[in-house]
Amino acid sequence: MSGKPKLIYFNGRGRMEPIRWLLAAAGVEFEETFLDTREQYLKLIKDGSLMFHQLPLVEIDGMKMVQTRAILSYIAGKYNLYGKDLKERAFIDMYVEGITDLTNMIMMFPFSPPEAKEKNLALIMERATHRYFPVFEKALKQHGQDFLVGNKLSWADVQLIEAILAVEEKFPAVLSGFPQLQAFKTRMSNMPVIKKFLQPSSPRKPPPDDRYVATVLKVLTE
Amino acid sequence: MAGKPKLHYTKGRGKMESIRWLLAAAGVEFEEDFIETKEDLEKLRNDGSLMFQQVPMVEIDGMKMVQTRAILNYIAAKHNLYGKDLKERAWIDMYVEGTTDLMGMIMLLPFQTAEVKEKNLALIIERAKTRYFPVYEKALKDHGHDYLVGNKLSWADIHLLEAILMAEECQADILSAFPLLQAFKGRISNIPTIKKFLQPGSQRKPPADEKFIARVRAIFNF
Repeated sequence: MSGKPKLIYFNGRGRMEPIRWLLAAAGVEFEETFLDTREQYLKLIKDGSLMFHQLPLVEIDGMKMVQTRAILSYIAGKYNLYGKDLKERAFIDMYVEGITDLTNMIMMFPFSPPEAKEKNLALIMERATHRYFPVFEKALKQHGQDFLVGNKLSWADVQLIEAILAVEEKFPAVLSGFPQLQAFKTRMSNMPVIKKFLQPSSPRKPPPDDRYVATVLKVLTE
Repeated sequence: MAGKPKLHYTKGRGKMESIRWLLAAAGVEFEEDFIETKEDLEKLRNDGSLMFQQVPMVEIDGMKMVQTRAILNYIAAKHNLYGKDLKERAWIDMYVEGTTDLMGMIMLLPFQTAEVKEKNLALIIERAKTRYFPVYEKALKDHGHDYLVGNKLSWADIHLLEAILMAEECQADILSAFPLLQAFKGRISNIPTIKKFLQPGSQRKPPADEKFIARVRAIFNF
């Protein structure tokens, strides 16, 4: 059945946030159902809605899609954000996988034990500034274009702006050594669909707080 | 430039094994350059060959591809093992993410202490039997075809066979409750390219042993 995609997840960023970003960047309106009890989650499993008993779940084009990457690939492919050929797709995939490794560190951070938090935070900063951001700074410098791949907005650009903003929330000056990324951030933030998503009343979710962590643990564990 | 793909990794399964499987199933001959020491890894890093300083890395079609998932996507699409349209790709992606999660758990076992290993082995067997295998058994049952998606061999089938064989190394009769998967295993194993890969003397790697684990720890410093 057609209609807007429906996102089923907790009321927070987690693994659903990149999907919200990508749909927003594609100009696609979507609905959300928020889980806050274990009963809701168990019901979804019992219904057969969760292929591997896991969230996120996105109902889209008649499918109950699970697995973040599968969902993102589908959306990117459907809305022409996945390059024009196999080689462009290869670069988008490589960039996206790298960025995902970084954003996963940020996503998992609130769930790390208190004694590991300081070390994990330092690692996020180190990886962002030494392993990930240099790659994209270099890519933009080398071709001099506005977007990472194929001189056209793609999934990789959307994922990168999301990651930059997430790291900046923890380290406001993180882009100080990266002039290309600073310009990229400004350009992307000013694109109408993204500008709209960055406004207060959008579906974009705030950074995770203790309440979010507690909800996730309550819903997912016995 | 043309020529055989060249795989850069340690001489063991790890994250490269799924790539070996897919190339082999596609009938693509490949070369391997094994990382045996920390210096070998440093050299690749210093050469600028590793986009995010990590392996696997595969030299293919003029690219130095990194990120397992990006590499697998490229090979699958290039060799027509990724479905005929976006929707088939969505199903292949969902299935592959599941088998990736299962094999990911198994891959970590050799690196764990004895008591953690015992607990995780039990979890792996439980997950295989209650979370993962039922999905593929049901898919085959529902459509009655020989392959998971689109009535045609795809990456999802190759990945599932790899996962089945790895799970059987954990528990020999793990497929006892899954008659369709047993038949599937037989069928896919008999595909000529795969049959060849399953024979001794192929580039398929054995399960990790103590010596290999020690070498990996030395190379990657953990």
